[in-house]
Amino acid sequence: MEHPKTAISFENVYKSFGTQAVLQGLDLEIPSGQITTILGPSGCGKSVTLKHVIGIEQADSGRVEVVGHDMSNVRQRDLITLRKRIGVLFQSSALFDSMTVKENVAFGLRMHTKMPEAEIAERVHVCLDAVKLAGTEERMPVELSGGMRKRAALARAIAMSPDFILYDEPTTGLDPNTSNVVGDYILKLQNELDITSVVVTHDMPLTRRVSDKVALLFNGKAVVQGRLDDIESSQNEVFQLFVDGRLG
Amino acid sequence: MTRLFASIGANLAVFFIMVFDMFRYLVQCVHEIRHLYLYRHQVLLQCYAVGVGSLPLVCLISAFSGMAVAIQMAYQMESYVPDYMVGSIVVRSVVLVLSPILIGLVLAGRVGAGIASELGTMKVSEQVDALTSMAVDPVGYLMLPRILAGLTKIPVLVIFSSFVSIMTGFGMSVIKMDITVTDFIKGMKLDFMVYDIFVGLIKSTVYGGVLTFVGAYMGLQTQGGAQGVGQSATSAVVVSSALILILDYFLTLALLY
Ligand SMILES: Nc1ncnc2c1ncn2[C@@H]1O[C@H](COP(=O)(O)OP(=O)(O)OP(=O)(O)O)[C@@H](O)[C@H]1O
Ligand SMILES: [Mg+2]
Repeated sequence: MEHPKTAISFENVYKSFGTQAVLQGLDLEIPSGQITTILGPSGCGKSVTLKHVIGIEQADSGRVEVVGHDMSNVRQRDLITLRKRIGVLFQSSALFDSMTVKENVAFGLRMHTKMPEAEIAERVHVCLDAVKLAGTEERMPVELSGGMRKRAALARAIAMSPDFILYDEPTTGLDPNTSNVVGDYILKLQNELDITSVVVTHDMPLTRRVSDKVALLFNGKAVVQGRLDDIESSQNEVFQLFVDGRLG
Repeated sequence: MTRLFASIGANLAVFFIMVFDMFRYLVQCVHEIRHLYLYRHQVLLQCYAVGVGSLPLVCLISAFSGMAVAIQMAYQMESYVPDYMVGSIVVRSVVLVLSPILIGLVLAGRVGAGIASELGTMKVSEQVDALTSMAVDPVGYLMLPRILAGLTKIPVLVIFSSFVSIMTGFGMSVIKMDITVTDFIKGMKLDFMVYDIFVGLIKSTVYGGVLTFVGAYMGLQTQGGAQGVGQSATSAVVVSSALILILDYFLTLALLY
Protein backbone atom coordinates (compact mmCIF):
# COMPACT_ATOMS: atom_id res chain seq x y z
CA MET A 1 0.00 0.00 0.00
CA GLU A 2 1.22 3.45 -0.86
CA HIS A 3 2.35 5.42 2.15
CA PRO A 4 0.04 8.41 2.64
CA LYS A 5 1.40 11.91 3.02
CA THR A 6 1.40 13.39 6.49
CA ALA A 7 -1.14 16.18 6.92
CA ILE A 8 -0.58 17.06 10.56
CA SER A 9 2.42 16.18 12.66
CA PHE A 10 3.41 16.67 16.28
CA GLU A 11 7.12 16.43 17.03
CA ASN A 12 8.20 16.23 20.64
CA VAL A 13 5.48 18.65 21.76
CA TYR A 14 5.36 19.84 25.36
CA LYS A 15 2.48 21.80 26.85
CA SER A 16 1.79 22.73 30.47
CA PHE A 17 -0.91 24.76 32.16
CA GLY A 18 0.77 26.37 35.14
CA THR A 19 2.46 23.53 36.94
CA GLN A 20 0.36 20.84 35.31
CA ALA A 21 2.20 19.14 32.47
CA VAL A 22 -0.29 17.93 29.87
CA LEU A 23 1.64 17.04 26.74
CA GLN A 24 5.10 15.66 27.49
CA GLY A 25 6.91 14.94 24.29
CA LEU A 26 4.00 14.06 22.04
CA ASP A 27 4.96 12.58 18.68
CA LEU A 28 2.03 11.99 16.38
CA GLU A 29 1.47 11.82 12.67
CA ILE A 30 -1.92 12.28 11.05
CA PRO A 31 -1.91 10.93 7.49
CA SER A 32 -3.83 12.96 4.96
CA GLY A 33 -7.02 11.61 3.45
CA GLN A 34 -7.52 9.13 6.28
CA ILE A 35 -9.34 8.85 9.57
CA THR A 36 -7.10 8.90 12.60
CA THR A 37 -8.60 8.13 15.96
CA ILE A 38 -7.06 9.43 19.16
CA LEU A 39 -7.88 7.42 22.24
CA GLY A 40 -6.87 8.01 25.82
CA PRO A 41 -8.12 8.30 29.36
CA SER A 42 -10.06 11.38 30.41
CA GLY A 43 -7.85 14.37 31.11
CA CYS A 44 -4.85 13.05 29.19
CA GLY A 45 -4.82 15.98 26.78
CA LYS A 46 -6.78 14.86 23.75
CA SER A 47 -8.79 18.07 23.43
CA VAL A 48 -5.67 20.12 24.08
CA THR A 49 -3.96 18.24 21.25
CA LEU A 50 -6.76 19.15 18.85
CA LYS A 51 -6.57 22.79 19.91
CA HIS A 52 -2.93 22.86 18.85
CA VAL A 53 -3.95 21.96 15.32
CA ILE A 54 -6.06 25.11 14.91
CA GLY A 55 -3.67 27.31 16.85
CA ILE A 56 -5.96 27.99 19.79
CA GLU A 57 -3.25 26.56 22.03
CA GLN A 58 0.44 26.98 21.33
CA ALA A 59 3.07 24.39 22.18
CA ASP A 60 5.58 25.36 24.88
CA SER A 61 8.22 23.53 22.89
CA GLY A 62 8.39 21.10 20.02
CA ARG A 63 6.82 21.48 16.63
CA VAL A 64 3.26 21.25 15.39
CA GLU A 65 3.01 21.21 11.62
CA VAL A 66 -0.24 21.46 9.71
CA VAL A 67 0.04 20.97 5.94
CA GLY A 68 3.55 22.34 6.01
CA HIS A 69 2.86 25.30 8.29
CA ASP A 70 4.77 25.45 11.53
CA MET A 71 2.05 26.55 13.94
CA SER A 72 4.46 28.39 16.23
CA ASN A 73 5.33 30.98 13.60
CA VAL A 74 2.66 30.79 10.95
CA ARG A 75 1.73 34.03 9.20
CA GLN A 76 -1.61 35.45 10.27
CA ARG A 77 -2.93 35.26 6.72
CA ASP A 78 -1.97 31.61 6.33
CA LEU A 79 -3.48 30.82 9.70
CA ILE A 80 -6.80 32.28 8.61
CA THR A 81 -6.74 30.38 5.31
CA LEU A 82 -5.90 27.23 7.22
CA ARG A 83 -8.71 27.70 9.70
CA LYS A 84 -11.22 28.11 6.91
CA ARG A 85 -10.19 24.67 5.67
CA ILE A 86 -10.59 22.99 9.06
CA GLY A 87 -13.95 22.12 10.57
CA VAL A 88 -13.96 21.58 14.31
CA LEU A 89 -16.54 19.78 16.41
CA PHE A 90 -15.90 20.92 19.97
CA GLN A 91 -16.38 18.52 22.85
CA SER A 92 -18.81 20.97 24.47
CA SER A 93 -20.45 21.64 21.07
CA ALA A 94 -19.78 25.37 21.57
CA LEU A 95 -22.80 26.47 19.56
CA PHE A 96 -23.30 30.23 19.58
CA ASP A 97 -26.14 30.49 22.04
CA SER A 98 -27.39 33.85 20.84
CA MET A 99 -28.11 32.43 17.39
CA THR A 100 -30.60 29.92 16.05
CA VAL A 101 -29.43 26.55 14.81
CA LYS A 102 -29.70 27.80 11.25
CA GLU A 103 -27.61 30.90 11.96
CA ASN A 104 -25.02 28.71 13.67
CA VAL A 105 -24.67 26.43 10.68
CA ALA A 106 -24.73 29.35 8.25
CA PHE A 107 -22.20 31.37 10.26
CA GLY A 108 -19.03 30.43 8.37
CA LEU A 109 -20.73 30.76 5.00
CA ARG A 110 -22.04 34.21 5.86
CA MET A 111 -18.73 35.43 7.21
CA HIS A 112 -16.47 34.00 4.56
CA THR A 113 -18.43 33.59 1.35
CA LYS A 114 -20.68 35.72 -0.79
CA MET A 115 -23.14 32.87 -1.16
CA PRO A 116 -26.70 34.16 -1.68
CA GLU A 117 -29.17 33.55 1.16
CA ALA A 118 -31.19 31.00 -0.80
CA GLU A 119 -28.11 28.89 -1.41
CA ILE A 120 -27.07 29.21 2.23
CA ALA A 121 -30.49 28.03 3.34
CA GLU A 122 -30.17 25.08 1.00
CA ARG A 123 -26.71 24.21 2.33
CA VAL A 124 -27.89 24.52 5.94
CA HIS A 125 -30.75 22.22 5.16
CA VAL A 126 -28.46 19.62 3.61
CA CYS A 127 -26.06 19.72 6.57
CA LEU A 128 -28.81 19.47 9.17
CA ASP A 129 -30.48 16.69 7.23
CA ALA A 130 -27.23 14.73 7.20
CA VAL A 131 -27.16 14.71 11.00
CA LYS A 132 -30.90 13.99 11.26
CA LEU A 133 -31.78 17.43 12.55
CA ALA A 134 -33.98 18.68 9.74
CA GLY A 135 -36.70 20.95 11.05
CA THR A 136 -34.75 22.44 13.93
CA GLU A 137 -33.51 25.42 11.91
CA GLU A 138 -35.32 28.08 13.90
CA ARG A 139 -34.64 26.66 17.36
CA MET A 140 -32.15 28.14 19.79
CA PRO A 141 -29.31 25.93 21.10
CA VAL A 142 -30.75 25.98 24.64
CA GLU A 143 -33.89 24.37 23.29
CA LEU A 144 -31.95 21.35 22.06
CA SER A 145 -30.87 18.27 24.00
CA GLY A 146 -27.16 17.63 24.54
CA GLY A 147 -27.03 15.07 21.75
CA MET A 148 -28.91 17.34 19.37
CA ARG A 149 -26.49 20.15 20.14
CA LYS A 150 -23.59 17.88 19.33
CA ARG A 151 -25.14 17.06 15.98
CA ALA A 152 -25.94 20.69 15.23
CA ALA A 153 -22.31 21.50 15.99
CA LEU A 154 -21.30 18.74 13.60
CA ALA A 155 -23.51 20.30 10.93
CA ARG A 156 -21.78 23.63 11.58
CA ALA A 157 -18.35 21.99 11.31
CA ILE A 158 -19.09 20.54 7.87
CA ALA A 159 -21.02 23.48 6.43
CA MET A 160 -17.96 25.09 4.86
CA SER A 161 -16.97 21.79 3.19
CA PRO A 162 -13.64 21.67 5.00
CA ASP A 163 -10.65 19.58 3.93
CA PHE A 164 -9.94 18.59 7.53
CA ILE A 165 -12.39 17.77 10.26
CA LEU A 166 -11.48 17.47 13.91
CA TYR A 167 -14.13 15.62 15.88
CA ASP A 168 -13.87 15.91 19.66
CA GLU A 169 -15.96 13.04 21.00
CA PRO A 170 -18.58 13.05 18.24
CA THR A 171 -20.70 10.28 19.74
CA THR A 172 -20.49 11.02 23.46
CA GLY A 173 -24.01 11.47 24.79
CA LEU A 174 -25.68 9.92 21.76
CA ASP A 175 -27.79 6.78 21.79
CA PRO A 176 -26.41 3.79 19.81
CA ASN A 177 -28.64 4.56 16.84
CA THR A 178 -27.62 8.16 16.51
CA SER A 179 -24.01 7.17 17.16
CA ASN A 180 -24.28 4.93 14.15
CA VAL A 181 -25.69 7.75 12.07
CA VAL A 182 -22.73 9.91 13.04
CA GLY A 183 -20.29 7.07 12.41
CA ASP A 184 -21.83 6.47 8.97
CA TYR A 185 -21.56 10.13 8.24
CA ILE A 186 -17.91 10.32 9.22
CA LEU A 187 -17.21 7.43 6.87
CA LYS A 188 -19.33 8.89 4.11
CA LEU A 189 -17.51 12.23 4.21
CA GLN A 190 -14.28 10.34 4.12
CA ASN A 191 -15.16 8.18 1.15
CA GLU A 192 -16.81 10.85 -0.92
CA LEU A 193 -14.71 13.89 -0.23
CA ASP A 194 -11.33 12.50 0.72
CA ILE A 195 -11.18 14.51 3.91
CA THR A 196 -8.50 14.19 6.56
CA SER A 197 -10.27 13.42 9.82
CA VAL A 198 -9.13 13.27 13.41
CA VAL A 199 -11.57 11.63 15.77
CA VAL A 200 -11.10 11.91 19.52
CA THR A 201 -13.26 9.35 21.23
CA HIS A 202 -13.76 6.75 23.97
CA ASP A 203 -16.19 4.85 21.82
CA MET A 204 -14.50 1.55 20.85
CA PRO A 205 -17.21 0.39 18.42
CA LEU A 206 -16.87 3.70 16.58
CA THR A 207 -13.08 3.37 16.63
CA ARG A 208 -13.30 -0.06 15.07
CA ARG A 209 -15.67 1.13 12.39
CA VAL A 210 -14.02 4.28 11.17
CA SER A 211 -10.31 4.25 11.99
CA ASP A 212 -7.57 3.93 9.42
CA LYS A 213 -5.10 4.72 12.14
CA VAL A 214 -5.31 4.72 15.92
CA ALA A 215 -3.18 6.50 18.49
CA LEU A 216 -3.38 6.05 22.23
CA LEU A 217 -2.43 9.04 24.37
CA PHE A 218 -1.19 8.37 27.86
CA ASN A 219 0.92 10.48 30.20
CA GLY A 220 1.31 13.18 27.58
CA LYS A 221 2.72 10.87 24.92
CA ALA A 222 1.34 8.75 22.12
CA VAL A 223 2.21 5.36 23.59
CA VAL A 224 1.10 3.45 20.51
CA GLN A 225 0.04 4.46 17.04
CA GLY A 226 -0.67 2.50 13.91
CA ARG A 227 -3.35 0.42 12.28
CA LEU A 228 -5.85 -0.98 14.77
CA ASP A 229 -5.30 -4.59 13.58
CA ASP A 230 -1.55 -4.25 13.97
CA ILE A 231 -1.87 -2.79 17.45
CA GLU A 232 -4.28 -5.47 18.55
CA SER A 233 -2.20 -8.28 17.16
CA SER A 234 0.92 -6.84 18.77
CA GLN A 235 -0.67 -7.39 22.18
CA ASN A 236 0.45 -3.97 23.36
CA GLU A 237 0.06 -3.98 27.11
CA VAL A 238 -1.07 -0.37 27.63
CA PHE A 239 -3.53 -0.64 24.77
CA GLN A 240 -5.02 -3.84 26.20
CA LEU A 241 -5.38 -2.19 29.60
CA PHE A 242 -7.13 0.78 27.98
CA VAL A 243 -9.54 -1.36 26.00
CA ASP A 244 -10.33 -3.41 29.10
CA GLY A 245 -10.95 -0.21 31.02
CA ARG A 246 -8.17 -0.72 33.54
CA LEU A 247 -5.72 1.98 32.47
CA GLY A 248 -4.79 4.82 34.78
CA MET B 1 9.16 44.29 55.22
CA THR B 2 10.85 42.65 52.26
CA ARG B 3 7.75 40.55 51.86
CA LEU B 4 5.65 43.67 51.74
CA PHE B 5 7.80 45.09 48.98
CA ALA B 6 7.78 41.79 47.14
CA SER B 7 4.01 41.74 47.24
CA ILE B 8 3.75 45.33 46.08
CA GLY B 9 6.20 44.51 43.31
CA ALA B 10 4.20 41.48 42.24
CA ASN B 11 0.97 43.47 42.20
CA LEU B 12 2.59 46.23 40.19
CA ALA B 13 3.87 43.66 37.73
CA VAL B 14 0.36 42.21 37.37
CA PHE B 15 -0.98 45.71 36.88
CA PHE B 16 1.50 46.61 34.17
CA ILE B 17 1.00 43.31 32.41
CA MET B 18 -2.73 44.02 32.38
CA VAL B 19 -2.25 47.52 31.03
CA PHE B 20 0.05 46.19 28.34
CA ASP B 21 -2.43 43.46 27.51
CA MET B 22 -5.29 45.96 27.27
CA PHE B 23 -3.19 48.03 24.95
CA ARG B 24 -2.61 44.98 22.75
CA TYR B 25 -6.35 44.40 22.49
CA LEU B 26 -6.87 48.04 21.62
CA VAL B 27 -4.35 47.86 18.81
CA GLN B 28 -5.98 44.66 17.55
CA CYS B 29 -9.35 46.41 17.65
CA VAL B 30 -8.10 49.30 15.55
CA HIS B 31 -6.53 46.79 13.20
CA GLU B 32 -9.86 45.00 12.78
CA ILE B 33 -11.63 48.18 11.66
CA ARG B 34 -10.57 47.33 8.11
CA HIS B 35 -12.94 44.32 8.25
CA LEU B 36 -15.78 46.41 9.58
CA TYR B 37 -17.99 45.43 6.67
CA LEU B 38 -17.92 41.83 7.90
CA TYR B 39 -19.07 42.88 11.33
CA ARG B 40 -21.77 45.32 10.23
CA HIS B 41 -24.67 43.25 11.57
CA GLN B 42 -23.02 43.01 14.94
CA VAL B 43 -22.46 46.75 15.03
CA LEU B 44 -26.13 47.46 14.36
CA LEU B 45 -27.22 44.88 16.88
CA GLN B 46 -24.98 46.32 19.58
CA CYS B 47 -25.98 49.90 18.81
CA TYR B 48 -29.55 48.88 19.29
CA ALA B 49 -28.81 47.00 22.50
CA VAL B 50 -26.79 49.84 24.02
CA GLY B 51 -28.88 52.72 22.76
CA VAL B 52 -32.47 51.59 22.88
CA GLY B 53 -31.89 49.06 25.64
CA SER B 54 -30.58 51.66 28.06
CA LEU B 55 -33.21 54.26 27.33
CA PRO B 56 -35.73 53.46 30.09
CA LEU B 57 -33.05 53.35 32.78
CA VAL B 58 -31.47 56.56 31.55
CA CYS B 59 -34.86 58.30 31.54
CA LEU B 60 -35.63 57.23 35.07
CA ILE B 61 -32.38 58.26 36.71
CA SER B 62 -32.12 61.48 34.71
CA ALA B 63 -35.60 62.54 35.70
CA PHE B 64 -34.91 62.09 39.38
CA SER B 65 -31.40 63.51 39.39
CA GLY B 66 -32.63 66.61 37.54
CA MET B 67 -35.20 67.26 40.24
CA ALA B 68 -32.66 66.63 43.00
CA VAL B 69 -30.22 69.11 41.48
CA ALA B 70 -32.90 71.78 41.21
CA ILE B 71 -33.90 71.39 44.86
CA GLN B 72 -30.30 71.34 45.99
CA MET B 73 -29.45 74.49 44.05
CA ALA B 74 -32.51 76.38 45.18
CA TYR B 75 -31.77 75.42 48.77
CA GLN B 76 -28.11 76.39 48.61
CA MET B 77 -28.70 79.68 46.81
CA GLU B 78 -31.86 80.81 48.51
CA SER B 79 -30.81 84.05 50.09
CA TYR B 80 -27.65 84.89 48.21
CA VAL B 81 -28.44 84.96 44.53
CA PRO B 82 -31.35 85.92 42.38
CA ASP B 83 -33.86 83.19 41.49
CA TYR B 84 -32.96 83.06 37.83
CA MET B 85 -29.50 81.75 38.67
CA VAL B 86 -31.06 78.39 39.55
CA GLY B 87 -31.86 77.87 35.87
CA SER B 88 -28.32 78.63 34.85
CA ILE B 89 -26.75 76.41 37.46
CA VAL B 90 -29.04 73.47 36.83
CA VAL B 91 -28.32 73.52 33.13
CA ARG B 92 -24.59 73.85 33.40
CA SER B 93 -24.09 71.32 36.17
CA VAL B 94 -26.27 68.81 34.40
CA VAL B 95 -24.61 69.17 31.02
CA LEU B 96 -21.04 69.49 32.22
CA VAL B 97 -20.85 67.11 35.14
CA LEU B 98 -23.89 65.27 36.24
CA SER B 99 -25.16 63.59 33.09
CA PRO B 100 -21.83 62.36 31.73
CA ILE B 101 -20.67 60.97 35.09
CA LEU B 102 -23.99 59.60 36.17
CA ILE B 103 -24.77 57.91 32.89
CA GLY B 104 -21.17 56.72 32.62
CA LEU B 105 -21.32 55.05 36.02
CA VAL B 106 -24.79 53.62 35.61
CA LEU B 107 -23.95 52.21 32.20
CA ALA B 108 -20.69 50.78 33.51
CA GLY B 109 -23.07 48.64 35.53
CA ARG B 110 -25.73 48.00 32.95
CA VAL B 111 -23.76 47.83 29.71
CA GLY B 112 -20.20 47.10 30.91
CA ALA B 113 -21.10 44.27 33.26
CA GLY B 114 -23.53 42.92 30.68
CA ILE B 115 -20.81 42.77 28.04
CA ALA B 116 -18.33 41.21 30.47
CA SER B 117 -20.70 38.46 31.50
CA GLU B 118 -21.93 37.79 27.98
CA LEU B 119 -18.44 37.49 26.52
CA GLY B 120 -17.26 35.71 29.68
CA THR B 121 -19.90 33.06 29.22
CA MET B 122 -18.92 32.70 25.58
CA LYS B 123 -15.29 32.34 26.63
CA VAL B 124 -15.84 29.62 29.22
CA SER B 125 -18.25 27.67 27.01
CA GLU B 126 -15.65 27.61 24.19
CA GLN B 127 -17.76 29.79 21.90
CA VAL B 128 -14.85 32.19 21.60
CA ASP B 129 -12.61 29.26 20.60
CA ALA B 130 -15.27 28.22 18.11
CA LEU B 131 -15.17 31.71 16.56
CA THR B 132 -11.40 31.54 16.31
CA SER B 133 -11.53 28.07 14.81
CA MET B 134 -13.91 29.39 12.16
CA ALA B 135 -11.35 32.02 11.19
CA VAL B 136 -13.35 34.86 12.72
CA ASP B 137 -11.41 37.16 15.00
CA PRO B 138 -13.13 37.43 18.41
CA VAL B 139 -11.76 40.93 18.93
CA GLY B 140 -13.24 42.07 15.63
CA TYR B 141 -16.48 40.19 15.93
CA LEU B 142 -17.21 40.65 19.61
CA MET B 143 -15.19 43.57 20.97
CA LEU B 144 -15.12 46.09 18.14
CA PRO B 145 -18.90 46.31 17.54
CA ARG B 146 -19.51 46.84 21.24
CA ILE B 147 -16.93 49.59 21.49
CA LEU B 148 -18.34 51.31 18.43
CA ALA B 149 -21.81 51.11 19.94
CA GLY B 150 -20.46 52.63 23.16
CA LEU B 151 -18.62 55.42 21.38
CA THR B 152 -21.59 56.45 19.30
CA LYS B 153 -24.66 55.66 21.37
CA ILE B 154 -23.60 56.68 24.86
CA PRO B 155 -23.07 60.35 23.89
CA VAL B 156 -26.57 60.32 22.44
CA LEU B 157 -27.89 58.86 25.66
CA VAL B 158 -26.09 61.55 27.63
CA ILE B 159 -27.57 64.33 25.52
CA PHE B 160 -30.94 62.78 26.01
CA SER B 161 -30.31 62.44 29.73
CA SER B 162 -29.28 66.11 30.00
CA PHE B 163 -32.46 67.10 28.28
CA VAL B 164 -34.63 65.03 30.60
CA SER B 165 -32.79 66.26 33.71
CA ILE B 166 -33.12 69.89 32.69
CA MET B 167 -36.82 69.45 32.00
CA THR B 168 -37.53 67.80 35.33
CA GLY B 169 -35.29 70.32 37.11
CA PHE B 170 -37.21 73.06 35.40
CA GLY B 171 -40.53 71.54 36.41
CA MET B 172 -39.38 71.13 39.98
CA SER B 173 -38.15 74.71 40.25
CA VAL B 174 -41.37 76.11 38.90
CA ILE B 175 -43.85 73.91 40.73
CA LYS B 176 -42.21 73.46 44.08
CA MET B 177 -39.86 76.35 44.57
CA ASP B 178 -41.70 79.36 43.34
CA ILE B 179 -39.20 80.19 40.66
CA THR B 180 -41.07 81.65 37.72
CA VAL B 181 -40.87 80.16 34.28
CA THR B 182 -39.41 83.36 32.91
CA ASP B 183 -36.75 83.50 35.58
CA PHE B 184 -35.65 79.92 34.94
CA ILE B 185 -35.51 80.45 31.19
CA LYS B 186 -33.71 83.72 31.63
CA GLY B 187 -31.08 81.90 33.70
CA MET B 188 -30.81 79.11 31.16
CA LYS B 189 -30.19 81.56 28.35
CA LEU B 190 -27.93 83.74 30.41
CA ASP B 191 -24.82 81.73 30.26
CA PHE B 192 -25.67 78.84 28.03
CA MET B 193 -22.63 77.91 26.01
CA VAL B 194 -22.37 75.55 23.08
CA TYR B 195 -18.93 74.70 24.39
CA ASP B 196 -20.55 73.07 27.42
CA ILE B 197 -22.40 70.65 25.19
CA PHE B 198 -19.15 69.92 23.41
CA VAL B 199 -17.48 69.13 26.74
CA GLY B 200 -20.36 66.86 27.71
CA LEU B 201 -20.08 65.06 24.38
CA ILE B 202 -16.34 64.57 24.64
CA LYS B 203 -16.66 63.21 28.15
CA SER B 204 -19.47 60.85 27.31
CA THR B 205 -17.74 59.55 24.18
CA VAL B 206 -14.67 58.74 26.23
CA TYR B 207 -16.69 57.05 28.98
CA GLY B 208 -18.69 55.11 26.42
CA GLY B 209 -15.49 53.81 24.88
CA VAL B 210 -13.95 53.03 28.25
CA LEU B 211 -16.84 51.11 29.70
CA THR B 212 -17.48 48.98 26.63
CA PHE B 213 -13.79 48.29 26.10
CA VAL B 214 -13.18 47.32 29.73
CA GLY B 215 -16.32 45.16 29.72
CA ALA B 216 -15.26 43.34 26.56
CA TYR B 217 -11.67 42.98 27.75
CA MET B 218 -12.70 41.49 31.09
CA GLY B 219 -15.14 39.19 29.31
CA LEU B 220 -12.52 37.83 26.91
CA GLN B 221 -10.07 37.35 29.81
CA THR B 222 -12.51 35.18 31.76
CA GLN B 223 -11.12 31.97 33.21
CA GLY B 224 -12.97 29.14 34.89
CA GLY B 225 -16.70 28.70 35.06
CA ALA B 226 -19.65 30.62 36.42
CA GLN B 227 -17.50 32.04 39.19
CA GLY B 228 -15.04 33.41 36.65
CA VAL B 229 -17.88 35.07 34.77
CA GLY B 230 -19.05 36.74 37.97
CA GLN B 231 -15.55 37.95 38.72
CA SER B 232 -15.20 39.39 35.23
CA ALA B 233 -18.46 41.29 35.55
CA THR B 234 -17.38 42.69 38.92
CA SER B 235 -13.94 43.68 37.62
CA ALA B 236 -15.52 45.32 34.62
CA VAL B 237 -17.69 47.55 36.82
CA VAL B 238 -14.94 48.35 39.31
CA VAL B 239 -12.24 49.10 36.75
CA SER B 240 -14.43 51.11 34.40
CA SER B 241 -16.05 53.12 37.21
CA ALA B 242 -12.63 53.99 38.62
CA LEU B 243 -11.33 54.88 35.16
CA ILE B 244 -14.36 57.05 34.46
CA LEU B 245 -13.95 59.02 37.68
CA ILE B 246 -10.21 59.45 37.18
CA LEU B 247 -10.64 60.45 33.54
CA ASP B 248 -13.35 62.87 34.55
CA TYR B 249 -10.83 64.79 36.57
CA PHE B 250 -8.35 64.98 33.75
CA LEU B 251 -10.94 65.82 31.11
CA THR B 252 -12.46 68.54 33.26
CA LEU B 253 -9.02 69.94 33.87
CA ALA B 254 -8.08 69.82 30.23
CA LEU B 255 -11.34 71.13 28.80
CA LEU B 256 -12.41 73.73 31.33
CA TYR B 257 -9.27 75.15 32.70
N1 LIG C 1 -7.22 26.21 29.46
C1 LIG C 1 -6.74 25.35 30.38
N2 LIG C 1 -6.23 25.82 31.53
C2 LIG C 1 -5.73 24.97 32.45
N3 LIG C 1 -5.73 23.65 32.34
C3 LIG C 1 -6.24 23.10 31.22
C4 LIG C 1 -6.77 23.93 30.18
N4 LIG C 1 -7.20 23.12 29.20
C5 LIG C 1 -6.95 21.86 29.61
N5 LIG C 1 -6.37 21.84 30.81
C6 LIG C 1 -5.93 20.65 31.53
O1 LIG C 1 -5.30 19.81 30.62
C7 LIG C 1 -5.62 18.46 30.86
C8 LIG C 1 -6.06 17.81 29.58
O2 LIG C 1 -7.29 18.36 29.18
P1 LIG C 1 -8.09 17.84 27.94
O3 LIG C 1 -9.33 18.65 27.86
O4 LIG C 1 -7.22 17.83 26.73
O5 LIG C 1 -8.44 16.36 28.34
P2 LIG C 1 -9.11 15.26 27.44
O6 LIG C 1 -8.09 14.25 27.14
O7 LIG C 1 -9.79 15.89 26.29
O8 LIG C 1 -10.16 14.64 28.44
P3 LIG C 1 -11.66 14.21 28.19
O9 LIG C 1 -11.63 12.87 27.58
O10 LIG C 1 -12.25 14.17 29.55
O11 LIG C 1 -12.28 15.23 27.31
C9 LIG C 1 -6.69 18.44 31.91
O12 LIG C 1 -6.11 17.93 33.09
C10 LIG C 1 -7.08 19.87 32.10
O13 LIG C 1 -7.22 20.13 33.46
MG1 LIG D 1 -11.63 16.34 25.78
